[in-house]
Amino acid sequence: MRPLPLSLHEVSVEISGTSLIRELCLDVGAGEVVGLLGPNGSGKSTALRCVYRALRPSSGAVFLDGDDFSERHIRETAQQIAALTQDSRAELDFTVEEVVALGRSPHQRGNLRLTARERELCREALRRLDITHLALRSVLTLSGGERQRVLVARALVQEPAVLVLDEPTNHLDVRHQVELLSFLRGCGLTVLVALHDLNLAAAICHRVAVLRAGELVTCGTPAEVLTPDVVREVFGVEVTAVIHPRTGVPQLLYDVPIEDVTTPEGIFR
Amino acid sequence: MRADPLPVPKLRLFAEPEDTDARKVRLTVPLLVLGVVLVLSVIAGISLGPTVVSFGDVLRYLGKAITGGSIRADEETGYSIVWHVRTPRVLLAAVVGAGLSVVGVAVQALVRNALADPFVLGISSGASVGATAVVVFGIFTGLGVLALSTAAFLGALVATVMVYYAARSRMGLTPLRLVLTGVALAYAFQAVMSALVFLSPNGQAAQTVLFWLLGSLGAATWESLPLATIAVVVAVVVLLRRSTVLDVLSMGDETAASLGVDTAALRRWLFVLTAVVTGLLVAVSGSIGFVGLVLPHVVRMMVGSGHRQVLAVTPLAGACFMVWVDLLARTLFAPEELPLGVITALIGVPVFLVVMRRRGYAFGGR
Repeated sequence: MRPLPLSLHEVSVEISGTSLIRELCLDVGAGEVVGLLGPNGSGKSTALRCVYRALRPSSGAVFLDGDDFSERHIRETAQQIAALTQDSRAELDFTVEEVVALGRSPHQRGNLRLTARERELCREALRRLDITHLALRSVLTLSGGERQRVLVARALVQEPAVLVLDEPTNHLDVRHQVELLSFLRGCGLTVLVALHDLNLAAAICHRVAVLRAGELVTCGTPAEVLTPDVVREVFGVEVTAVIHPRTGVPQLLYDVPIEDVTTPEGIFR
Repeated sequence: MRADPLPVPKLRLFAEPEDTDARKVRLTVPLLVLGVVLVLSVIAGISLGPTVVSFGDVLRYLGKAITGGSIRADEETGYSIVWHVRTPRVLLAAVVGAGLSVVGVAVQALVRNALADPFVLGISSGASVGATAVVVFGIFTGLGVLALSTAAFLGALVATVMVYYAARSRMGLTPLRLVLTGVALAYAFQAVMSALVFLSPNGQAAQTVLFWLLGSLGAATWESLPLATIAVVVAVVVLLRRSTVLDVLSMGDETAASLGVDTAALRRWLFVLTAVVTGLLVAVSGSIGFVGLVLPHVVRMMVGSGHRQVLAVTPLAGACFMVWVDLLARTLFAPEELPLGVITALIGVPVFLVVMRRRGYAFGGR
């Protein structure tokens, strides 16, 4: 599907008196990959939940292709926005095929009946994520990396215009983190992704937005945003910014203070 | 991503119809087998008991009863046992077994917890308060034999409304709140029931209530069948028509939202459906534990977790199971009857443990 622009306009979320995000404004262009960064509890997940409609903003609105979707049926939104959520651990042992097929459910009324085109779409998604060999396995038997690829495949067969991912690299080893994120950069969809790893975000995102305590601190290209000042202010960490010698993307080196190293008796601090 | 040369299995769901090698999910065989087993079980259930009526006679009496033929005078007793006593009872056993198992599937989807059963929502405890009130105070005596069922159903309804409003929050009916509210209110209802029994001037009350609590079909008549049957059939049909949505719901609320399911609305109607059906079943059979918890799992071990398969197979499996349980209940220590809940636990638990261990079944996740 053609990627569509996504826009959060003054989105605020308040739950039982606690303000989780305040007047968040963020534009994601069609086909753009935007990373959402910020410490724990800064409101990344809350913002994303408003986009995939697990949460209704207390005020403000989310626009898909210039259109406020809050009055539309949630199924219509799911035809255009796919999400990889944090709670995606299944309880029942569905097979990989069954899970991926559910990606087609927003496009059908009533029970799922895959058409020939949809079956081809599902097979293609399994191939793209390299999980065809897992097709009949129970999702409960998969490793974290395998399961994450299954969920990406499900999101792809949803044929979305926008892909929203909430910390998709959690629990993945380095190889799978790199593979998943470079896949996102190359998938041609509008992508809004919450990430913890600043360097991976700098490497794959067109732009990054930094949240702190529910408010947008800054937004721009990784080079503009991920400066030692911003990182110190938002994350409370000292870093040195460098340019990756081969890819040319900005990267951060953490200035980890090591004090009082006592080696003799083998007792550390 | 990376192309490792891994063996590619035959696809099942994603295979083309003309791909004859594909390992299709086949439901026809289990459904046919269970259908035949159910018919045979029902006939066996009617035939066996303190007085054994031969299979041939059972079929002949049933034929006569349905087509309206006449019988010889010396067959009057046999006919009466078959048609007026055992047939409604065995059919009710089948309906209750089917219903409790299907409601078990629905509740497990509703609260997204593999350990849930139809009674976790406190509905049966409410029903037992109603039933106890009949036993102790003799309310609704005007309704005759239906007094217990009516009071139990009203108790279930009251409990349903209380649990619903107590569990409701801004986020709708969240699974954890539902379970906690259900369990908490169940304790309250049980306390009320115990107080009623304790303060009762009627010395027999405790035993009557206990027997009812553990489940019995001894009071089954043709009159108790229609409502329960309609409720169960409607529940099965309605749930089957929404099996994909139940699949989506079991992926988690966040994922369900991202797949376009309005979880709050879905939970509301699932709750109402399960409450009404549970109430009707408890009203005619007492609270028969274990069936609604375990049969869904046994079925999942056989046909996988997809709700389409599970909801198609579970009612038949539950019906067969309950017919045999009821048969054992009234024959093991005849003429005494055991409560059904005792048998379901005594047979079901070991069977379940064996099956679970042998198949390496992931019981509600790892």
